[in-house]
Amino acid sequence: MNALVPLPVLLPLCATGVSLAFGTRLARFQRFISVAVLSAVLCLSVMLMIAADRQGPLSVHLGDFAPPLGITLVADRLSGLMLTVSSAVTLSVLVYSLGQGMADRDKETPVAVFHPAYLILVAGVSLTFVAGDLVNLYVGFEIMLVASFVLLTLGGTGPRIRAGSTYVIISLFSSMLFLTAIAMTYAAAGTANFAQLAVRLPDLPLGVQTLVQALLLTVFAIKAAVFPLAAWLPDSYPTAPAPVTAVFAGLLTKVGIYCMLRTETLLFPGNRLGDLLMAVALASMVVGILGAVAQTDLKRLFSFTLISHIGYMVFGIGLATREAYGGAIFYVAHHITVQTTLFLVAGLIERRGGTNELTRLGGLARAAPLLAVLFFVPAMNFAGIPPLSGFIGKLGLMRAGVADGGVWAWVLVAGATVTSLLTLYVMAKIWNLAFWRAEPPGQTAYGTVLETADDSDDDDADTGPDRIPGTGDEGVGPPRPAAGQTVASTLQGRAVTTTVRPPAAMTAATAGAVALGLAFTVLAGPLTAFTDRSAAELIERRPYVEEVLGR
Amino acid sequence: MTMSVSLLATAAVLCAVGGLLMLTRPLTRILLGAVIAGNGINLLVLSSTGSAAAAPLLYGVPLGRVTDPLPQAIALTAIVITLATTAFLLAMAYRSYQLTGTDEVHDDLEDRRIFLRAEVLGERAELREEYRAGSGRSRQDRARYRKEHRRLRARLRADRALQARGRDAGGNLWHDVLGADPEDYVNDKDDDRGAAG
Repeated sequence: MNALVPLPVLLPLCATGVSLAFGTRLARFQRFISVAVLSAVLCLSVMLMIAADRQGPLSVHLGDFAPPLGITLVADRLSGLMLTVSSAVTLSVLVYSLGQGMADRDKETPVAVFHPAYLILVAGVSLTFVAGDLVNLYVGFEIMLVASFVLLTLGGTGPRIRAGSTYVIISLFSSMLFLTAIAMTYAAAGTANFAQLAVRLPDLPLGVQTLVQALLLTVFAIKAAVFPLAAWLPDSYPTAPAPVTAVFAGLLTKVGIYCMLRTETLLFPGNRLGDLLMAVALASMVVGILGAVAQTDLKRLFSFTLISHIGYMVFGIGLATREAYGGAIFYVAHHITVQTTLFLVAGLIERRGGTNELTRLGGLARAAPLLAVLFFVPAMNFAGIPPLSGFIGKLGLMRAGVADGGVWAWVLVAGATVTSLLTLYVMAKIWNLAFWRAEPPGQTAYGTVLETADDSDDDDADTGPDRIPGTGDEGVGPPRPAAGQTVASTLQGRAVTTTVRPPAAMTAATAGAVALGLAFTVLAGPLTAFTDRSAAELIERRPYVEEVLGR
Repeated sequence: MTMSVSLLATAAVLCAVGGLLMLTRPLTRILLGAVIAGNGINLLVLSSTGSAAAAPLLYGVPLGRVTDPLPQAIALTAIVITLATTAFLLAMAYRSYQLTGTDEVHDDLEDRRIFLRAEVLGERAELREEYRAGSGRSRQDRARYRKEHRRLRARLRADRALQARGRDAGGNLWHDVLGADPEDYVNDKDDDRGAAG
């Protein structure tokens, strides 16, 4: 069973090579490879999760070198769960983007670079989940980041390059911090292996431990977009294509959360920075959701809710009890799925209504009932309406907070409640504007190609001397926007083909993601039991360390 | 463990220089900053080896007296990764230059346009005021006025053209991938993958 651990990383990497080799010539084969490989990774991840649950952590020393020198890959319950959820989500996003491609693609060139980059992204994400030492974690991050650079700037248009620059620079900076942290850890403890660090770090002076911990937390907080370090996210995510934004929002930030969970439990038990974590969690929740309240662009709005709900997971990590970790792990699984689904729905809305600008949308509940259902279920799930999994996750976290009973814990419970209510408000706003109200009179007919009417710079209504009638130099007034239509600043001239009926594969993929979110509700009993066991395993630490070192 | 001060000092200087460069606007400078700071951090990683000793070879050297090889491996990995990122940043800087004529990281386009528009409109209002105030509307005056006016309008148009070029493709995953230049899109309008995407 142990031999399966490297496969979720190796399979997509090998498939990338094949995909590049066949690339443009055999487009259908390329699509087949991607789907087949991701399905295989999903099956593998489920097997790993079950095996790790039954027999404890699995580990592999690549090349059979012992820990300080060799590369160690470990899969325990937490890794197994993260692998499973992430591969399910990446598979559904892949199907979605295939649907989009089939609908839009012309006869020639299919995507040369999308599939390979996507597979590498999956490999990088998997590597971070199974990495057993800091250096491999760093490598996993980098694989993931380089692939995400390519995906974010796909097509190389002006807005994307601009948004991409911000993202690339902040990622570079955080990678440098990470490498510095690794150098410090190695200089202090003589190893980068998690299991060995878990044994050796407690012997170090407290100051050194805290320094390393703070540095690592900063790096992961940048990746996870925790509030003071989150300004890059709403700036860079919304310009990318819908499926890319969806997978980024779902996975990349949660990789940061996973790393926080792993290092806080395994390397730095005792929760010395718990209060600080709770403070940033509160700030993240409140600032994020207030940002979302102010937005009218759908993708931007979801970016802000993403920042806000990262706060819940950091709250769980800051509490550092078994219940809190369990709640946080459950919330991670729930949040990956629901956030991705919401971004996929935003893509569908864009295709149907022609824009993501809420002030210009309307009447979608009548025009596209299926789309309305697809939005309504994850939106309620996200806001935490009782039977759904968002409620279960929030309830778990709040119960842990109440059980803790400290001042910070109570403040956070109150903050989480307010944030949850505000999330409901935001979702209701989207529902009312985009779906429930009548169509605004200026709304474009379906099947039209939209471009921004963006000639408003030259608003020469003047009668200067060079405005002589008949010379071809007459002043032309600015085009008046139709009633109810704002000239959307956020649309940035993006052209969208609206279709009455979105491609079946896109709808099916979104429906699959919605169903996955609902499955967390139906299977809430076994799932919470599982997350509780994972939390127990994380806190106990012994199984992980023994599995890696005791051979 | 003993450390070489010279390594640490060099690393500190490199990180400082790189950090300063990374705070600037143009992407090429940021790129240089990233490379320099990356080298500085690689030196930091190397300096975590401790004092230098024999080369870490498997045979021929007593294993107890070799330098720790692991930081060297880590630094090598980091160098390779920096290479990849550098290549990407270079491509991005060039693309940015292609699209906007400069490789600076711009503020939000919307902000910039609002600012430019206010500036140009203000200048034009001033110009018109001046023209109307002047009593003798001689031929030269009129010509000069027109010339100035045209210059201002050209400035706005040039800015808009720059943005339009960057705006041509977008939103549509499959047409834009590794997109050809926006000019190419404009030229085959009859194809349904034209400028509209």
